[in-house]
Amino acid sequence: MGVESDDTATRGPLGRLAAALHGPNTMGNSRRFWYLFGVVVLLFVFFPLYMLPSAVTNMSQYLSLVLLALSLAVVWGYTGVLSFGQVAFFGVAGYTYGIVAINVTGPLGTIAGLVVAVGIAALFAAILGYFMFYGGVSDVYVTILTLVVVLVLKTFLDQTAGDEWTIGEAALGGFNGMPGIPDLALGIGEPFLVFNDTVLFYAALLAVLVTYLGLRALLNSDYGRVMVAVREDEDRTEMLGYDVKRVKLTVFTFGGALAGLSGVLYVTYFNYISPSELSLTAASLPVIWVAVGGRKTLLGPIVATIFIERLGLFLSVNVGDWAFVINGLLLLVIVLLLPEGLLPGLRDLVSWIGDRRGDSDTDDTTDPTGEVIE
Amino acid sequence: MAIGLDLLVQFFPNFASIVLAATGLAIIFGIMGVINLAHGEFIMVGAFSTSLAYNGGIPFLPIDALPGLSRLIGAMLFAALVTALFGLLVERTIISGAVPNWISERTLGRPVVTPLYDRLLDSMVATWGLSLIMVQTFRNVFGNSLSGVPIPFGELSYGNSSIGLYQVLLAGVAAFVLIALYLVFVRTDYGMRARATIQNESMAQSLGVNTERTYMATFALGSGLAGLTGALYTPLLSIEPGLGSVFLVDAFVAVVVGGSSVVVGTLLSGGLLGIVDTLFSNVYGTFAGRIALLIVAIVLIRFIPQGLSSLVERLRERRLEVD
Repeated sequence: MGVESDDTATRGPLGRLAAALHGPNTMGNSRRFWYLFGVVVLLFVFFPLYMLPSAVTNMSQYLSLVLLALSLAVVWGYTGVLSFGQVAFFGVAGYTYGIVAINVTGPLGTIAGLVVAVGIAALFAAILGYFMFYGGVSDVYVTILTLVVVLVLKTFLDQTAGDEWTIGEAALGGFNGMPGIPDLALGIGEPFLVFNDTVLFYAALLAVLVTYLGLRALLNSDYGRVMVAVREDEDRTEMLGYDVKRVKLTVFTFGGALAGLSGVLYVTYFNYISPSELSLTAASLPVIWVAVGGRKTLLGPIVATIFIERLGLFLSVNVGDWAFVINGLLLLVIVLLLPEGLLPGLRDLVSWIGDRRGDSDTDDTTDPTGEVIE
Repeated sequence: MAIGLDLLVQFFPNFASIVLAATGLAIIFGIMGVINLAHGEFIMVGAFSTSLAYNGGIPFLPIDALPGLSRLIGAMLFAALVTALFGLLVERTIISGAVPNWISERTLGRPVVTPLYDRLLDSMVATWGLSLIMVQTFRNVFGNSLSGVPIPFGELSYGNSSIGLYQVLLAGVAAFVLIALYLVFVRTDYGMRARATIQNESMAQSLGVNTERTYMATFALGSGLAGLTGALYTPLLSIEPGLGSVFLVDAFVAVVVGGSSVVVGTLLSGGLLGIVDTLFSNVYGTFAGRIALLIVAIVLIRFIPQGLSSLVERLRERRLEVD
């Protein structure tokens, strides 16, 4: 892995960009990977040309959920804090966006909604994170605490059916949820770009692309190395002089903001949100995506989210109720057989086959720790 | 006075439900370092088995022909046993991975599954998958509900109100379960081995304790207790596949608040959370009770992350120092 990035680092601004994106903390450091990446991005860009409109809008839903998966990958996979609470930030942002966008009409209202929603989600995560990390709550207790927070929120939202829970024009609606949430739009007064259908698809695609590349740069930076150090050994990182609590709080807050962005995009897709987005099942979905795809990677959760959501749709059409059983089986089998996830498992398989052939090109597919698992 | 009596009487069922929901989870968590997110579904297995056995749904086993109360008790014991056996199966196939490893050693020549012992996060994710499978499979096989079981014993009236005698008796059962567990851990051979395994697994192994068998027995015991809980609550619940999630939250909160010691921790957290729940439910309604329970749990985790039983531990140490 080192050879390629060292080479490129010396070649002007493009080389520096490449160097920023490369490192041991993310998968895909070879030239071959970037060719493939380009092809996949092009396939996505032209997606509306060769797919049905319904497939395109479905894909924009999956892409907005990818952001939720990525937020958990950063928090859990790279910093070692398993949070069931990502859906709480997702839901809070969704509701906040709804309240603001319904009350403030026009495109400015929707943009304000987006900003406020992501801000509130980040603030919520920051308060919760401060409470937990500076309170000495660690490991599995963080997980349980975040789960409890989600349940409190769901219980609270379920009973907001009455008139006293109407904020301005927006009724929270309790169990039935909040309908009529407007699409995101750009413009002053009259909207000149409304984020519906295909536009929403491109917005979500752009958000995913920017987030992916940005996270790659972050995770391969010095800060990313500290995050991974916190995951690997908290005490040792602290002994080396890093402020572990602050790192965790910062990452958790950032994860909350990202989950919030995901929530806003998701809500504008359905123009509706209900407390079922905060149910136990919903809270488990991000964990499934990330665990199945490979939590110590960014690509894994992206692929797994799209794959599992699409599979879920396919299964619910074809086998109906058994979709959840298959989802559960998938999770169980992956956790037991490939604890690192599907993508790292595939990578190891590829490098294993490569080694057998005596092919040295697959050097970049070794584990971050330097060992090839056979 | 009347309100005080009201609160006191209503405290018993709340205490019972928290303690009964938590013990199975606490044992498995405390001894094996496994967080069983399918715990609620184990309780559901207990409830379904009770309902099926009571209503004659089990072939070759005419529990429904038994007279009077023995019909209900027979169904409940049967349910606890079924859940314990089911737990054993889950332990062998998923938690320890013994069955898949046995197969893979004969076909691939190497084990493929690492046991989930002491891998808290991985065990959570794996049992979460199990829980999804169980809920939906039960829904598909048995439909959305099974016929229930009548509540035995009738009403107990006090002052101006009344409460089911059965609900109050459940508190007695909960206390009995805690005492029995205490005796099992202190007096029996299994209890000694289990405590040795918690303290130092490799040392216990070198002294000849078969820790794998201890784990197996522990998981079966924890599952059996979950099954018993489901069985005991069958008369009070509508029997549907999602019923476990209610218990799961209570159980989690109680275990986390209680801390590592199974009996002391569960007793203390059951008592405290029971009081909180009763107080707030009675004054502000059921919803406020739930929220208060969860908020108290959050605050307690924040200030006593090691759990209530660590307070007792600390008190004991201090007294030893004084002596």
